[in-house]
Amino acid sequence: MKTYTFSIYRYNPDVDNAPHMKEYTLEVEDNQDLMVLEALIKLKEQDPTLAFRRSCREGVCGSDGMNINGKNGLACITHLSELKSNKIVIRPLPGLPVIRDLIVDMSQFYKQYEKIKPYLINDDKTPPARERLQSPEDRAKLDGLYECILCACCSTSCPSFWWNPDKFVGPAGLLHAYRFLIDSRDTATEERLDELDDAFSVFRCHGIMNCVNVCPKGLNPTKAIGHIKSMLLSRAV
Amino acid sequence: MVKAAGTFGRSGSHDYILLRASSIIIFLFTLFMVGFFAATADVTYENWSGLFANVWMKVFTLLTLTAVLIHGWIGIWQVLTDYVKASGVRAFIQFVFSVGLIVVWLTGLFVLWGA
Repeated sequence: MKTYTFSIYRYNPDVDNAPHMKEYTLEVEDNQDLMVLEALIKLKEQDPTLAFRRSCREGVCGSDGMNINGKNGLACITHLSELKSNKIVIRPLPGLPVIRDLIVDMSQFYKQYEKIKPYLINDDKTPPARERLQSPEDRAKLDGLYECILCACCSTSCPSFWWNPDKFVGPAGLLHAYRFLIDSRDTATEERLDELDDAFSVFRCHGIMNCVNVCPKGLNPTKAIGHIKSMLLSRAV
Repeated sequence: MVKAAGTFGRSGSHDYILLRASSIIIFLFTLFMVGFFAATADVTYENWSGLFANVWMKVFTLLTLTAVLIHGWIGIWQVLTDYVKASGVRAFIQFVFSVGLIVVWLTGLFVLWGA
């Protein structure tokens, strides 16, 4: 049997004056390798007051983003073995208000997502009877962008988002912004760029690549942000 | 779009271009100065004032001071908007730095052309 020690951020605003870390121990069979989410579910059996979000348990819904041993990630696809330590510290995603324990208020994150108008805009007065066709080359431009599941691991690992969550769109929002800027079927490119050309929305990204380091889907928001900056700059000079 | 009156450029991309352009000028001046000190074994008052007697050197220096003014203004504004959340305090610190940068620029102007 392997023994894991968990130190988990606990805060229930109804009863606690301040957040605190609570220690738990979990015995795991030697031939077993649990995901962090499975471990949390077992710990919840020990202590039913422990609160966290989870849904699909396979890295698709993006519900269980949390800070595991200092790095943001999805609990459901993070093996205990890859943490390379028997001591595991779990905190909520940094920078967002805590509702309870590992559950954060994602309103600010969604507000930024909403700001970039995450839907296709097409001013074509006579839409085609069936679908809007796209060449395989144009479709390929969306790869590495559309896969984002909005788990907020990237934006909440970004200091620019911590300091200005109301003004800086953040890596997740900007990845989606580029997904629509580059879409051959979208006709609102100029309007989208107009909305982004201030000192905060895009340009507060200084390319430290924390977002790339933590993205559980292996996406590269910094690269997408670089493309948006190029689009903005080529209009400006 | 977020409005920002405290910065130097007219937009995010304008700030971005000004920062990069000014950093190129500052880098070139630094390179030139390192080259000057490396190539001059004995730096005396004569060869130092001789260097700054050239019009091109005065222009190059003033250009660099202008680049420092712009680069510093935008840079300080970016740092302050990250770390200082009270707008009154931020405006005061920005005021102090902006005035300081203008004083440096004006001092450079009078030193270069005053003598």
